[in-house]
This record gives sequence, C-alpha cells and structure tokens, in this order.
Amino acid sequence: MKAAVIVFPGSNCDRDVKVALDAATGRPTSMIWHKETELPALDLIVLPGGFSYGDYLRAGAIAARSPVMRAVVAKAQSGTAVLAICNGFQVATEAGLLPGTLMRNRNQKFVCKDVHLKVETSQTAFTARYAAGQVIRLPIAHADGNYFADPETLAEIEAEGRVAFRYVTPDGAPDDDANPNGSAANIAGVFNREKTVLGLMPHPERLTEPALGGIDGRAMFDSLVAALS
Amino acid sequence: MKAKVHITLKPGVLDPQGKAIAHALAALGFGGIAEARQGKYIEIDLAEADRARAQAAVEAMCKQLLANTVIENYSIELAE
Amino acid sequence: MTAAAAIDFASHGLSREEYERLKATLGREPTLVEIGVIGALWSEHCSYKSSKKWLRRLPSQAPWVICGPGENAGVVDIGDGQAAVFKMESHNHPSFIEPYQGAATGVGGILRDVFTMGARPIANMNALRFGDPAHPRTRHLVAGVVAGIGGYGNCVGVPTVGGECGFDPGYNENILVNAMTVGLADAARIFYSAAAGIGNAVVYVGSKTGRDGIHGATMASAEFDEATEEKRPTVQVGDPFTEKLLIEACLELMASDAIVAIQDMGAAGLTSSVFEMAAKGEVGIDLDLDRVPTREPGMSAYEIMLSESQERMLMVLRPERADAAAAIFAKWDLDFAVIGEVTGSGHLVLRHKGETVADLPVAALSAETPEYDRPIRATPPQAPLDAASLAGGEPLDKSLLRLISAPELASKRWIWEQYDHMVMADTIQRPGGDAAVVRVHGSGKALAISVDCTPRYCAADPEMGGAQALAEVWRNLTATGAKPLAFTDCLNFGNPERPEIMGAFAAAIEGLRRAALALDFPVVSGNVSLYNETQGRGIPPTPEIGGIGLIADWRRMAIIAPELGHILVVVGETRGHLGQSLYLAKCLGRAEGPPPPVDLAAERRHGDFVRAEIAAGRLRSCHDLSDGGILVGVAEMCLAGRTGAKVRLPATEIPAMAAFGEDQGRYLAALDRAEVTGFLARAKAAEVPAAEIGKFDGSDLTLEGFFSISLDAIRTAHEGWFPGYMAAP
Repeated sequence: MKAAVIVFPGSNCDRDVKVALDAATGRPTSMIWHKETELPALDLIVLPGGFSYGDYLRAGAIAARSPVMRAVVAKAQSGTAVLAICNGFQVATEAGLLPGTLMRNRNQKFVCKDVHLKVETSQTAFTARYAAGQVIRLPIAHADGNYFADPETLAEIEAEGRVAFRYVTPDGAPDDDANPNGSAANIAGVFNREKTVLGLMPHPERLTEPALGGIDGRAMFDSLVAALS
Repeated sequence: MKAKVHITLKPGVLDPQGKAIAHALAALGFGGIAEARQGKYIEIDLAEADRARAQAAVEAMCKQLLANTVIENYSIELAE
Repeated sequence: MTAAAAIDFASHGLSREEYERLKATLGREPTLVEIGVIGALWSEHCSYKSSKKWLRRLPSQAPWVICGPGENAGVVDIGDGQAAVFKMESHNHPSFIEPYQGAATGVGGILRDVFTMGARPIANMNALRFGDPAHPRTRHLVAGVVAGIGGYGNCVGVPTVGGECGFDPGYNENILVNAMTVGLADAARIFYSAAAGIGNAVVYVGSKTGRDGIHGATMASAEFDEATEEKRPTVQVGDPFTEKLLIEACLELMASDAIVAIQDMGAAGLTSSVFEMAAKGEVGIDLDLDRVPTREPGMSAYEIMLSESQERMLMVLRPERADAAAAIFAKWDLDFAVIGEVTGSGHLVLRHKGETVADLPVAALSAETPEYDRPIRATPPQAPLDAASLAGGEPLDKSLLRLISAPELASKRWIWEQYDHMVMADTIQRPGGDAAVVRVHGSGKALAISVDCTPRYCAADPEMGGAQALAEVWRNLTATGAKPLAFTDCLNFGNPERPEIMGAFAAAIEGLRRAALALDFPVVSGNVSLYNETQGRGIPPTPEIGGIGLIADWRRMAIIAPELGHILVVVGETRGHLGQSLYLAKCLGRAEGPPPPVDLAAERRHGDFVRAEIAAGRLRSCHDLSDGGILVGVAEMCLAGRTGAKVRLPATEIPAMAAFGEDQGRYLAALDRAEVTGFLARAKAAEVPAAEIGKFDGSDLTLEGFFSISLDAIRTAHEGWFPGYMAAP
C-alpha cells in the first residue's frame, strides 16, 4: 500500500499517523505539503489531525481550500481511499468529501480522553479487521467534534449504513453519557457513499502500541494494508 | 469599498456558545432573554469601486470560504 | 539625538538612583527610547537585581549538564548524542489580569525559550496556584487559565502531560501560572544567544510587531493596586498557529549552518533580546527600526523596542545563508526581515526615521546593571505540635474521604482532560501519576517530568520547604524509575523590599542548595517572580520546582497502578509527622507546627534503592508519599489499579499520625508475593527501612481495626470535587 499524509500548516498529528502507517506497511509513508497541486499514484491519502491554520474561521475551513485539496478531492472521486482523522475529518467535511459538519463540543471545552466506540460495520477497507458490533477504545482530542447534519442527511447516512463508529458506553450502549461532544446519534465517524472515504474524530494512530495504553487503533491500519496492497 | 460580513448560525442549529451567553446574562440578572446567538463579523477592504461587482465578489467569498452553508447564513453590507 | 524632555523615569520603571546611574554611564541625558530600554532591562523581571546574589549559590554543575542557567533554557546530556532542553517560567501577573491570554502566552513564551536552543518541544507541564475556591474570582480564573494553557498547547501540538494545581487564600489576588517545556535536541547542535561576526545580518522573524504588551516586564515587577486593572491593554494575545509555524521554520533552518545566534523576544521584547545578544557576544549591534515588520502604522521607536507582541525571534545569520533562510520563512508564511547588523562598536545603536534614537554602550551598561543586597529577616520557627492536642479527631475513614476530595488532592481530571496529553504519541505515563513520562521518540529511553512545591511547608519554614520541594520532585521522578538529572525553578515570592520576604527567599534558596547538593540534582534554568503582592499582602513563598529524569529503558519503568494480589510495602520511616500536614489543615482546621524534616542522606539512600529495584525489573508499581501520607497514597494506588487493599499501620501515639503523617523520604511499593522477601532483605542491607503493610485485594480499602470503604466511594469523592466546583454557578 502506498500511503501519503497531507501536511497543512498547523497539522500536528502528521508524524504520529506516519509512524503508525510506516509500522503497518513496512515502508516509508510520504508527506505531502499543502501547496502541492498534483499527487502521485497512491492507495491511501491521510488528512491528519491538528489545527490547520489554527482552526481560525472554522476548524478545517481554510485547509479545505488549500491547493492540494483540489487534487485530493479529484483522487477521492476516482476511488482513492481517504482517511480523515480529527482535524482531517473537519477538513473533509469542509471540502465536501463527507456529509455534515463538526461543531463546537456541547460543553464548549476541548476534551482529550479515551472513549469507547462501536464499530458499525466491518464491510469496508477501513474496518475489515474489526468485527461489526465490536466495542473498541480510542482517544479523542478536540474542541470541535460535535457532529451535525440536517435530519434528511442523517436519515440518508443511517439508511445507507454510512455510520462508521458511534460513541458508546464500555458495554456498547450509545447513550447520552457516552457522547463526549454532543454528536448527532452519537456519530464518531462517517463514510462517503462508496465507503472509500472515512472521517472520524477519534485518533486510531494514538493507540497502536501497548506502551501507549492499547492497540485498538492498529486494526484500522492493518485493515487498510490488507485491502489496498 | 468596505464590506461588512455577518455570519450567523442558521435558525435551528444548536449554538452552544449562544446558549452559554444567554445563561450568563440571565445569571447577571438580565431578565427576559429569549435567546442569544453568537456569530462572526468580518470586515474586508476591497479595491473594487463598483457596488454590484463588489457585492458579487463578497457573495462568492462567503459561499466559498467565509460561511459554512451547511450550518451558517451570511449577510453582506457594503460601505464606501 | 534628542534627550527626553520631561524626565518621568519612574513611569519607565527606573528609580532615581538608577536613572542617575544611567546618566552617569552615558555621560549625558538619556533619550526617551534609552530610558525605556534601560527601564525594562533593569526591571526586576529582566535583571534579577534583588535575587542574583542568592541565585548564584545554587549548584548548577554536573558532568551531564551541557548548559546551565543564563541561556534561554537549560540543557542536559541524555546519552546517544541527545540532549534534553528545559525551563519553567512564570506568567503570573498577566494571567491574573486576563487568564486565558495570560496563560496562553505563558505557554508560548516557554516553548520559544526551548526551541530557540535548537530543541523540538516534546512535553509541557504547568504548576498553578489559585486563591480560595470560595473567593468570587477563583472559578473564573481556573476556567480561563486552563482553557488558555490548553488552547495554546493543543494547537501547537505539544502534549501537556501533567502538572499540579493548588488552592490557598494567599493567592486570592495573585495567582501563579508557571509553565514548563521540555524539548529534545541533538547534543552537538545547541543554539546560543551570543551574537558574533562583525557584519553579520541581524534578522527578525515571526509575527509582526504591534502595540501589545508594552511595559509587561515593568508590570511584572510592581505590586498590584487598584489602578492595575487599568493596565489591561498591555496584555499580549497569543497566536499558537504562528508559533507552530515558527517552531517548524526554526527547526528547519537549524538543520543548516545558517544561524550564528538566536534569541526569542520575550519580556521587554526586542529590547531585551537585542541587548542580551550583543552583551553575550561582546559586540555592538545597529538596528534600523524602520525595517521592523509592524502591524499598526505610526509606531514610535519606543513602542517598537518595548512591544511584547508574541511569536517573534531575533537571529544573527551568516550573510551567505540569508537567502536560503528567507526562503524557509517564506515557505512557512512568516515575516523575515533583515533589521540590522553586528558591529564592532560595542554599542547598541537604534535608528528610526533617519534619526539615531539610542546609542547605548553595551558592556558598560551591563556592568552597571543594579544588584541589590536587600535586608533579610528570618522566618520565626514554628513551635512543635503538641501531639496530645491531636487526639479525638473524627473517624479515619471520614478523614480519608475529606482529604481525597479536598481541592489539593482531588482528581485534576477536569483540568488535564482539556489538555491534549497524547499528541506526538510518545506519552507513556499520562497525567495523574507521580511524574509524567514521555518516550524519547524512536528510542528505548524516556524522560520523566515532575513539578512540585508545598507552599504551606515553605510558609512555615522556607528553608525546609525549599529542600522538601526539591526532594519531592526528585522522589516523584525516582518513583517511575528515572534517574533525576536536573531541575528548573520558578521562585514566586512577594515584595523583595520587605525583609521578611527577602529572608524567606534566601532561606528557600539555602534549602534548595542543600538538597541539590545532597541529591546530585543541579539547577539548569529558571526564573524569579517577585512582587506577587497586592495591597501589602504577599503570596506564600512558592519555590516551584520542575525536574526531569532519564529512564534508560522504558520497558522497565514503574507506574502507580498495582496489580490485584500485589503486596504493599512502605519504604522509609513512618514517624507520623503531622505538623503543617494536609490532615491538620483539612480535618482539624489548623496550620501549625514545623513542616516534616527532610533527611537528605536518607532521601538519597531510599531513592537510590527504589530506583535500583525498578531498573532491575523487580519493582513495577511504586508511588511516592507526600500530601496526606500513607492512607492517601494507598487510596491513589487503588484508584489507579482498580483494586481494593487491606492495610495495617504501625502503631503510633495517635492513629492519624501513621495514617496521614507526611514524613519524607518514603515510597509505597507494590510487589509480587515472590519478590517481597528479597526486596526487604536488600532494603535492610542498604539501610533502608521497609515493611510489609498490606495487600491489594478485593474492591474495598480496609484499614485493619478501623474501617472498610468501597473503592467506588473513594472514587466518587476523589473525582467529584473539581467538576462539581466548576459547575456551580
């Protein structure tokens, strides 16, 4: 699998996801500066976490209009897989790659902690190494992770099975206590219609080694390697 | 020409910051506050002297960047 | 040059004597810009004029110290050609006036101190002291400071991995916000601030200069009064996004050989950075202030020189590399301007709008920097606590729940969940343990980091309090298995012109000195924050200590969480010292007696023993004992390990003495049953007291002969206070 991480000014999880990808693929992941206008042949594009352009104006808004994003959108439309994590998810919604938007957390605060997530489907390149219905633990770290979409869009996402992950209690209940930011329907991650683009607020790259407190994120990278190599 | 752009959340979209403001105002003893909504205000200095062209340019800016039309409305005011 | 017309030197922070000294050194009337520049340079904040005499006493040498105090940050060798670069700095006054921006820019400033030296910042810590929780401003200040620290650190992408937070009415009008950054550098590529090379370009990079923060340094050197509220416009606004770009651009440039010297613009902005670079390099510098990138039109030379706009650096570059450097800054969309050059004149010459506005002999003025030997008065010793007066307290379980939910000991989760403590994916001990631990990226090594101080000890006996603060940091680091390397400090005190304050300062330094020597734990950086005083009321003496230690192999580190079935052993001697203890304060409402004595030889012996056991892979769960004593320590281990415990305590005159006494030099160790005999035997051989006192088991914390409380009840008490407090209207 040939993977690349897009680096925006203010990206700060770019190295972290590169480390996770390098370990999963066994080859160096390339880093692509946001001023590039063309992309090489790739199997996976990662939009990493961070505070692109300081999250000024709106989280992800300015990065979504940077030169490289035209090329990313074109690649995505032709079927290249895109993994958009945290700020990357915000960029992806702003760029129209994914439906909905991410608003300020309902308690107004930045939150960094491990949360439990229910894997809604294992029938995708991103989640094949998980079991559908499995509860996993990943960290979140964001101030704007409150997923919002209008009722029609939400209904469509649900009907098409495009919810990737939901915030749940450790025993799998998607209740309000398990919702760390106020997201509609406890949505933590969504797919595009073709399930080739995944956006999620939690950080799979932060739990890929026992020393970091867990390995539940590793299966996502392993899934991608298996599907895209 | 100066453009004054107001960006507000669409009616019905939850505005936690506005809610916090309304709550804080009530706590300070200001009664009768039905709702507070927080928005953004952006001033842009334009070289363009023609009103219609300026209006069109700022409209495009709002649609392409300044507002997220999934959740936000915008209004534009032009001043010489 | 035009001499200042009406000489209002006091408003520029100069005393009459200092003004006369400036005039005599120049041999003429100074200009307005010169008065402003020297007023800032000779402020307490920049010159350390009251504290210098005492600071010199602190040991700052060790074979592993690469750079001690005096540069932007301290540097220690961590092996394999790598170095750790770190410093702690106060941002107290700005944070009281505008908590979000004050705290945020405090983080920004300390980050710059570290990456200026050539290090990539890898961890942030902070020490926060607020007033009485019941004081009407406290909640607002806590919320603002925490949001500001998070807002800056999270955006920059450096994990905030821990810290401490305390409350005391003595900080009601003078909160403390001390921020620490640790960075990682190539030991052979440390960057310093001494300008060199006549004709080399002096380059300004980063954000543009605005009118913010003018007189910040002089403000930090004066007491608060009612008029201070009027000074709000001087508070700077942080731009963490620009800081992130500045980090990346500087590190990219540092990979080449372009930089001769570099200095961040902190307190007193361009003034202090350019003067320091010239003074250290023993050269002159000419600056053309018209070339300084400004944000607002019409800024005067005075304003340009004294602006404390954030996210700016000054560099001396090799001229042939200037174009390549400019390209790097253009890539990161940062301002880059050649604003002057290094000269052989020995003078700092400032030109603005065709006029020379300042011409200052650098060496002469450096030599004339005032230094005061202020009168000192010793803190009177506290009478020993009368043990008999302690009898008949409430049941021990009530006291335990009271302590573990007290603001001092309650879980600080509410704070650290607002900090991204995992970014960079090397945090292997998250907040909540004895010390935070971050890996040295891509290696088997890790750094342990801890900040600590116990102000109530320092108030009662500043010398013992100083020694204790250092010993506790050393102990925290040791409890993870780290070898403590060096420390940084923020010495927060009241008005140094009052002999009792200066006396406490001198005594605290003496305590630090003794502890640093005994523990082989030198100081490498730090700052002094004086005048933390409002209307004649000073803060408790607060020598905040930040230490780092090296874990050679992070697979062999200790965490505080025990495993079910582990045997609990207390290391060190339990005498039951309750003077100035948290138990005395919270459960009996008394602040009396001397603080616990620190036996530095025993501290060293016990710590060296514990560290060796961890390094040998025999001890994997360990917790240092401090506030609240054994029972609080056991409860914290139970919470971390999600297990109950059965404990019996040595008999003391009064049971609370053994339960909550704050005797120093102690650790709790949790061991596999099979390891206990050997551990105790080796302890004995090393002359380290150690005794088995219980076992981790079940889901209750049981103190034999006294009580049994469910872990859930302890957790609810421990976790509940902070969110409950912050949610209250």
